[in-house]
Amino acid sequence: MIRYIERTKAYYRAQGFDQDYQWATNTQTPFSKPARPLKSARITLVTTAVVEPSIPKPIRAAKSYRFSDVPAHFDTTEVSWDKITTHTNDRESYFPLHALNKRVAAGDIGSLAPRFHFIPTEYSQRHTRDQDAPLIAQHCLEDAVDLAILIPL
Amino acid sequence: MAARALESAGIATVVIGSALDILQQAGTPRIVFNDLPLGNPVGKPFDRAMQNQTLEAALELLYQAQNPGVVQQLPNQWSASEDWRDNFMAITAFNREQLLSLGDENRRQRQRNREQGLFRP
Repeated sequence: MIRYIERTKAYYRAQGFDQDYQWATNTQTPFSKPARPLKSARITLVTTAVVEPSIPKPIRAAKSYRFSDVPAHFDTTEVSWDKITTHTNDRESYFPLHALNKRVAAGDIGSLAPRFHFIPTEYSQRHTRDQDAPLIAQHCLEDAVDLAILIPL
Repeated sequence: MAARALESAGIATVVIGSALDILQQAGTPRIVFNDLPLGNPVGKPFDRAMQNQTLEAALELLYQAQNPGVVQQLPNQWSASEDWRDNFMAITAFNREQLLSLGDENRRQRQRNREQGLFRP
């Protein structure tokens, strides 16, 4: 298993940054059990892959999109992942909408929510914690979501 | 952090990811862990069997987890060779200069962004 925190620290030190990135640290973890059985639950997806690359990265914020508007391919060029070893040409490998739809159609899952959600990989924990995460939570409540699968690249 | 906000709002979450140490340190409620290169947390590209298995594990964990912080590690492997682990963010005698240039360009870009007002409040 790769220790990504250590790996990242070393990598950015090698780039001449003298302050290490401070990864989020929490000792208490909130926890909710599903409100409904899977067969009647409403589910959504949350991704860090980019829908609108035309918005400059420094001002990209969380945003919700209708599943009917999902792009065939998200933009992942400005997201950090292993660009030497793999690729993101298969959307299902990071946004399994087709697989999820099949389970919904089979009656295993109650329904797909109307919207999915983008959260940028942000340098600032404050932006994620105080702006992006609460916005997505609010949108999920508006959509009466019971379950969320979050898939950071 | 997004998962934490959702859980606090009463919505059950599961994170499918490949950077386990980062997710655990952040206090992630439920984790399905695929030890694969970053970029394809659900499974290898076009490997529908692996991707379906991951989704299945995520749905199961949503209902089976009794406490926060639970991790379900899947047995999936990227390849017989483990070389990819060493290649990611590698620092070698051959790329030290290049990494420093990358850092310099990164710092210049941040400065330009600030000057152009490209930052979030």
